Amino acid sequence: MQPYFHSVRLDENKCKGCTNCIKRCPTEAIRVRKGRARIIEERCIDCGECIRVCPNQAKLAITDSLERLGEFRYTVALPAPSFLAQFKSEVAPEKVWGGLLTLGFDEVFEVALAAEAVSWAIREYLQSNPDRPRPLISSACPAVVRLIQVRFPSLLGHIIPIESPMEIAGRLARERVCRMTGFPGHQVGTFFITPCPAKVTEVKQPFGGISSVDGAISMSDLYGALLRRLETAKAYPLPLRASGLGIGWGRAGGENEAIRAGSLLAVDGIHNVIGVLEEIERGGLADIDYLEAQACTGGCIGGPLVPQNPFVARVRMGNLVKSHRSQEEWDFPRELGFYHRKVSISARPALKLAEDPQLALARLEEAEKISRELPGLDCGSCGSPSCRALAEDIVQGYARRSYCIFELRERLQKLAEEIVELAQKQPPAMGREWRQARERGEVD
Amino acid sequence: MQLRFEVQGMDFSRAGQAAAKIKKVLQQVGVEPGIVRRAIIVAYEAELNIVIHAYHGTLTASITPRKIEIVAEDEGPGIPDISLAMQEGYSTAPPHIREMGFGAGMGLPNIKKSADDLDIQSEVNKGTRLRAAIFI
Repeated sequence: MQPYFHSVRLDENKCKGCTNCIKRCPTEAIRVRKGRARIIEERCIDCGECIRVCPNQAKLAITDSLERLGEFRYTVALPAPSFLAQFKSEVAPEKVWGGLLTLGFDEVFEVALAAEAVSWAIREYLQSNPDRPRPLISSACPAVVRLIQVRFPSLLGHIIPIESPMEIAGRLARERVCRMTGFPGHQVGTFFITPCPAKVTEVKQPFGGISSVDGAISMSDLYGALLRRLETAKAYPLPLRASGLGIGWGRAGGENEAIRAGSLLAVDGIHNVIGVLEEIERGGLADIDYLEAQACTGGCIGGPLVPQNPFVARVRMGNLVKSHRSQEEWDFPRELGFYHRKVSISARPALKLAEDPQLALARLEEAEKISRELPGLDCGSCGSPSCRALAEDIVQGYARRSYCIFELRERLQKLAEEIVELAQKQPPAMGREWRQARERGEVD
Repeated sequence: MQLRFEVQGMDFSRAGQAAAKIKKVLQQVGVEPGIVRRAIIVAYEAELNIVIHAYHGTLTASITPRKIEIVAEDEGPGIPDISLAMQEGYSTAPPHIREMGFGAGMGLPNIKKSADDLDIQSEVNKGTRLRAAIFI
């Protein structure tokens, strides 16, 4: 099997081996062993919950650096829809784009612009496919797509076969640049300015085979350098400007606002997403046409790699949506085939206890038994996220019963009691000496 | 391997938990996603039937490498006419249950669609025993 690329990594030097991340991970993909967190690669969906919750900043996201711009003759920045909301309202978008050019980019193409086109494509798809599974699920959030691969494989057929705005932005931007400059496609580099590690993984290990995007640069990494340049940067008005409909994709509910067709449901926050997916799996929500699902609370403005407080960003985004109301007519491809995802997304069965079903069943029985005997406090001190997870780790040979500190303590207590009891039981010979001593009046 | 759950009538807040646990187990055994989903639908609808119509009952899932058997047994009003209850859209759920979005008359039809084998025994004013099998 192809090894998984992951953006989310561990900084061994900073990790203290605490249990914050293991308890928060939605796929139970982290264990603490030898005082350090370990990520189980097959299970990790790169949602970044652990990055957010780590008090020691030991979880990090591998992203591309600006140095990679040097690999290409011409480079395009693809800022995510959530990007503009990171700046104060006094900062004109043109200044931000100008600032990006001073960092080394040759052109800027807003992903929000592609989001407008994708909104059209989704609307078209919903209207022209009456026999589709209901509800269809958005493909825009890669952490949600990976969550479905690992935990909800029976819902893979519900994911809409339309590429994400980032993929479409990469294609449209490259086509435009090639047309304008005459450079061949491979000499044009497209770089997504990303709010999250999941998008980095989508670029490095795309669902659809090859990504149209060459790299992903963390929004937070750029932010400081960009702020310093805003004063002096020359304003750069984009030849094509995204409207509020596309920009709104950066916050929860924005995608649905832009689609405006049929009955739509939006859910954000990975644990809320899990709840809704469970409901769909048991046959519910068939009255809904389309589900917008985002792993981060608040949507992309709540991503682990955004510099601004998501609630502040939400207000700013609301203002941006209002001030960019007029939609410019631009000739994005009105051909559904252009947006179609050709490759089907496969399941990632990472939860099996054994390859052989008979063995898996035997292990499950054993895990049930162990789990009933464990204290059930789910404290995490054993390094597994819950008592049940420890039981499953034990039957697979990844953990030992003695990892449970409560059981260990109980056993030590029993042992100590036994020692005390043994100490009081004197051999007959010793007892005789003691009686003789008492008779002599040497002891009471 | 057998999983057993107590189900209380009218306890909507916990409905779905049994199905979620059964799902996790089936995934850990490595059962194919399509079969897992059918088992979830059977377990959930059977559980919901107890919640909506009965006083209390139990839901049992027996899993072998060959099949999943789900048995829902309840003490309740029973089903006077099983063939009528198997029709899509037929429901005896009171209006307040329907207002909650349940009781659309799809429970038993959905179970029938998802199960490979279905058997229902019911006695009016005593209770119902539903046994559904899904072959792996």
